[in-house]
Amino acid sequence: MARAVTTRRKTINTVAAWAIGLLIFFPILWTILTSFKTEAQAINDPPLFLFFDWTLENYAVVQERSDYMRFLWNSVIIAGGSTVLGLIVAVPAAWSMAFVPSKRTKDILMWMLSTKMLPAVGVLYPIYLLFIEMGLLDTRIGLTIVLMLINLPIIVWMLYTYFKEIPGEILEAARMDGATLKEEILYILTPMAIPGIASTLLLNVILAWNEAFWTLNLTAAKAAPLTAFIASYSSPEGLFYAKLSAASTMAIAPILILGWFSQKQLVRGLTFGAVK
Amino acid sequence: MATQHSRSAARIMMAPAVILLLGWMLIPLTMTLVFSFKRYLPLRGGDLGWVGFENYVRFVSSSAFWPSVQTTLIIVGGVLVITIIFGILLSILLDQPMWGQGVVRILVIAPFFVMPTVSALVWKNMFMDPVNGLFAHLWKAFGAQPIEWLSDASLFSIILIVSWQWLPFATLILLTAIQSLDSEQLEAAEMDGAPPLSRFAYITLPHLSRAITIVLLIQTIFLLAIFAEIFVTTSGAFGTRTLTYLIYQRVLESQNVGLGSAGGVYAIILANIVAIFLMRIVGKNLDT
Repeated sequence: MARAVTTRRKTINTVAAWAIGLLIFFPILWTILTSFKTEAQAINDPPLFLFFDWTLENYAVVQERSDYMRFLWNSVIIAGGSTVLGLIVAVPAAWSMAFVPSKRTKDILMWMLSTKMLPAVGVLYPIYLLFIEMGLLDTRIGLTIVLMLINLPIIVWMLYTYFKEIPGEILEAARMDGATLKEEILYILTPMAIPGIASTLLLNVILAWNEAFWTLNLTAAKAAPLTAFIASYSSPEGLFYAKLSAASTMAIAPILILGWFSQKQLVRGLTFGAVK
Repeated sequence: MATQHSRSAARIMMAPAVILLLGWMLIPLTMTLVFSFKRYLPLRGGDLGWVGFENYVRFVSSSAFWPSVQTTLIIVGGVLVITIIFGILLSILLDQPMWGQGVVRILVIAPFFVMPTVSALVWKNMFMDPVNGLFAHLWKAFGAQPIEWLSDASLFSIILIVSWQWLPFATLILLTAIQSLDSEQLEAAEMDGAPPLSRFAYITLPHLSRAITIVLLIQTIFLLAIFAEIFVTTSGAFGTRTLTYLIYQRVLESQNVGLGSAGGVYAIILANIVAIFLMRIVGKNLDT
């Protein structure tokens, strides 16, 4: 039985939670607001909140001066490509571990997790060297492969926890009814697995989009995604707040929206199924 | 019952993932280990031969080492304390009945989706800039002298930025755990006259202990490796050079690969110590 809650208590909760929520969200809100100001308004003292002349000029200037679309495209290719590649490798692996478990399945899963714990800086130079040798430095394909590899353990784990939840009895029933392995996969497992695969895809795109160690260290002008593009705003351009804000807003907007859809998956994915 | 046939099929299905990860782990790791025993300066003569444990000794005895360990501990510790304490409070608040719960949840979680370079730059320039930053305006409004955040309070500033990024993660996981708490237990305790504080200490907190441990371990692994936040804000100046950043500087900035690799091996060992504890917890969960 749910407890009856007094309106007064509910009001206090609401006010407190909204105040804290807005405080935490404020830096993002402020960035979005500033992106619509002129540079003079952006550094106005006292700061202007809503009553200024809204303008889209900064967005046009950012695109024109720094070719924003190219970096966006790099981000899309690298985040999307690494996710798709990762899924292609991980789906069969997670599938077989969930449905044909052996004595070693648990060890393999734990070992995969341990590769995720390897600090990137510890292998920075070897990867850098291999990239130079293979001509992969500052290429989208190189970065796609690296991001696929660093996120592969999370993809396998997430898929594994989802596949584990598919009841084995259904498969047995299908087999009894004479379904072949192909039919079993196509008509029974796939429809049940698609939500889990979609969630994994979503979370992985977010992680790859925001990755900021390899993307900063393995790219220069050509293959730089948005993380590196924003880092180049450090100075002196960073002191043009309105343009910095416009560039930032464009860089985070797509992922902010995707992120809101993936709150639940985030917990499962980042705790390796330990909290669901 | 799995047949022999399906077992070998399973092995083939697993092979690509296992081989890729094995290569990704072994090849660079072996190279780092080999480099760490060499005098290796790519820009000044290249591979100058084996030197035994010299790099390991030099890395630890350099004047930058202990300060970097201290900085790492302060940043990781500071962020952990802030995110876990506020995460617990916030998740309890968000679990209460209120209007617009879904929207508040979204507001609180949002910072986690902001890419590290954006959050570092926005905080650095738009909030912490001593002339035009929002904090400077605020300080001036109260007649105080604006603070040079990133040089005079550099560690605090970095901790603030990183905590802002990770508080949503802690909150979200703790909230998920709280929601699985049986509310009847709390109600029964309330009827028996237990005050809110002891209800929290004896029921909520023990229930959360596992989730707190997981947050602690996962965040530690990620926090030991923070890079972009320091790269963009101070580039390691003003006492913000962490162990990760020191290794990065040795390897890529001063191109002393042998020395940097020895540092890398230390970092790997450190991360593994934390990882062992995390894996135990995750592993236990696999059995159920």
